[in-house]
Amino acid sequence: MKKKLLGLLVGVAIMGGILAGCGSSGSSTEAETSAETEAAAEAEGTEGTALSELKAGFIFLHDENSTYDLNFMNAAKAACEKLGVEMVSKTNIPEGQECYEAACELADAGCDFVFADSFGHEDYMIEAAKEYPEVQFCHATGTKAHTEGLDNFHNAFASIYDGRYLAGIVAGLKLNEMIENGDITEDQAKMGYVGAYTYAEVISGYTSFFLGARSVCPSVTMEVTFTGSWYDETAEKEGANKLIENGCVIISQHADSMGAPTACETAGVPNVSYNGSTIDACPNTFLVSSRVNWEPYFEYCLNSIAEGTPIAADWCGSLETGSVELSEFGTAVAEGTEEAVNVAKEAIIAGELHVFDISTFTVDGAELTSYMADVDTDADYTPDHEAVVDGYFNESGDGLRSAPYFDVQIDGIDLLDTAF
Amino acid sequence: MNDKIKEPLFHIVKRDAPPISRALAVRAVAIILAMILCGIVTTVTTGLDPIQVYESLFVGAFGSRRKIWITMQNVSILLLIAVALTPAFRMRFWNVGGEGQILAGGLAAAACMICLGDKLPNALVILCMVVGSLAAGALWGFIPAFFKSRWNTNETLSTLMMNYIATQLVAFFTIVWEVPKGSGKIGIINQDSNVGWLPQLFGSRYILPILVAVVITILMYVYLNYFKHGYEISVVGESEKTARYVGIKVGKVIVRTMLLSGALCGLVGLLLVGGINHTVTTTIADGQGFTGVLVAWMCKFNPLTMVFSSLLIIFMNRGASEISTSFGLNQSYADILTGIILFFIIGCEFFINYKVQFRKKSAKEVQ
Repeated sequence: MKKKLLGLLVGVAIMGGILAGCGSSGSSTEAETSAETEAAAEAEGTEGTALSELKAGFIFLHDENSTYDLNFMNAAKAACEKLGVEMVSKTNIPEGQECYEAACELADAGCDFVFADSFGHEDYMIEAAKEYPEVQFCHATGTKAHTEGLDNFHNAFASIYDGRYLAGIVAGLKLNEMIENGDITEDQAKMGYVGAYTYAEVISGYTSFFLGARSVCPSVTMEVTFTGSWYDETAEKEGANKLIENGCVIISQHADSMGAPTACETAGVPNVSYNGSTIDACPNTFLVSSRVNWEPYFEYCLNSIAEGTPIAADWCGSLETGSVELSEFGTAVAEGTEEAVNVAKEAIIAGELHVFDISTFTVDGAELTSYMADVDTDADYTPDHEAVVDGYFNESGDGLRSAPYFDVQIDGIDLLDTAF
Repeated sequence: MNDKIKEPLFHIVKRDAPPISRALAVRAVAIILAMILCGIVTTVTTGLDPIQVYESLFVGAFGSRRKIWITMQNVSILLLIAVALTPAFRMRFWNVGGEGQILAGGLAAAACMICLGDKLPNALVILCMVVGSLAAGALWGFIPAFFKSRWNTNETLSTLMMNYIATQLVAFFTIVWEVPKGSGKIGIINQDSNVGWLPQLFGSRYILPILVAVVITILMYVYLNYFKHGYEISVVGESEKTARYVGIKVGKVIVRTMLLSGALCGLVGLLLVGGINHTVTTTIADGQGFTGVLVAWMCKFNPLTMVFSSLLIIFMNRGASEISTSFGLNQSYADILTGIILFFIIGCEFFINYKVQFRKKSAKEVQ
């Protein structure tokens, strides 16, 4: 008996070992050389390096199975092919020392430009940037470039809140349609939002989405739940189901799995997506998706390096630069959606419409006339910059930083849990 | 007359202790066979040239100076974990809580770096980290050992459950110490002041864990084979009743050994947090607390041969992921290759310890 038990335990232990061994991710390199050199020819004669002689290295948190990383991969591939730059990429790089090592390996391999796509990569990119001053290190969604004082470390983001606001208009019009059809009353116009963490990027995202919806459907309210992970399919599905049970009639999310969209498709609840269209998996409930298109940023960086001009410490793409995009509309959207979205889009580009216009929301019943935001990252979250200017909250403003810092809890949005 | 006993086609016979050269030869053959099968699987499923595939396997692990250092660093961490688990396993105490003990040690180190970073001089902070990590790891080993020695509880379950407690504690403190607010990550601790960062020896950030692994492995070998404690561990492992009969206090040996095992895992946590990552996350041990069990078993709890099995596993791990994406394959493909090789290596133990005897024709004729 004892022997049997022993054997069983050995088996379990070994299996555990194998699974753990196999589950651990490693780094990997993918080299792709683009044959196109037409753009490179254009660059000749200018100072700096010819584009065709540049080598760009990319570090991705996951592989193409993650919609978040796929969005970056497609942009990187498109930009490098267009400019004729050689591309090397490393996938499945965790947010730890592995990122530093991957960045150094890319620099060792002769890359002039190294990019990392995940928030947690930032500190390790800074370490690598200190070691290779002649290589340009760029990082998406990070917060530290403007205070770090390194010439070769840069942050980038986009005014995705504009995109979310437009997606909110789509949701608001859908609510109006439901109210007109008598499916719900005005008081039942409640949306649900599945967020990852109570992080400024998420708060800025759901608030702009909500304000977009309320700009066309004044009676709307919203409930938000947090999963405590950027990618947790089960938790996101559970979160969406909980919101649907609570009576939410439209769901949106800021987390990277298909959990919430598929829960919506099963329950027949319209969904506003992020990172890319989910119309293939959710043909009946998909409304629209907003996303950041990183191609303009990659082209900007590579061109800057080729011309020998400095890359901005913080670069914030917009609707105008083509960095913020809405996908094609799903079949479930309300009539007149496209026109309404286009009108709002023009107004935003023209500077007539500000998403965080302080006249459109209240905090604890009062207007937000002044707000000190924690723009410079520190361990004590010290508020350091006035963010309200000219009657609106200046999100991702010039001279501040590209990553969002809007972390105000406005009236009309109900946070169900804030543990994360 | 038909009274002859029907002999099966083959039967399995246990070998006497095989000579080392033979055991090595069997293992070498197993690895070669595994490589051949990997090559066949690769060619059949993807149409790639197997030679090229093997080449990038080596490039992934040893392709540049930095790659060699990283490989060595990863080997030392895995080796240290396996060595740390060894005394417990020799005692037949199934310590599957390496993961939790590492996390506990790492959390203690991170706590010292964050809470004492601006209060004490660097040397004192590092001293606190060393003491704290070893103590936290030891505590995580002590609790299951104490319950086992007192009430004979099942240590497999209790060590396993301690893993979850450690993971949740790290998750909790991640939220407490997160920077910036709400982001759910701590980031590099003391990035500007470098307080609490373990020193770089000889100007290289990779040498410290390698050195520690070498020293600990040798010490553990000596401890287990030439010290009374090591002998007591073996006796308890063979038979608790015998141990009791010869006057060994079994409970005391269990607790003492698990304190050692846990403290060494805590040391790994210290190296991971203070020396390598400079942050703590719930996934910092990356399942190696379990992989370490595999390494320890493969080497029959001999710390010296664990060097080779850790090297093999890390080599495969780094090489296989290089293969998978330098040919545009998915990460899962690397896992398949690693799986094939581990299957052969574990399988070959059977042929080292047993032999298959086929029915002899001559035996028939005699009857």
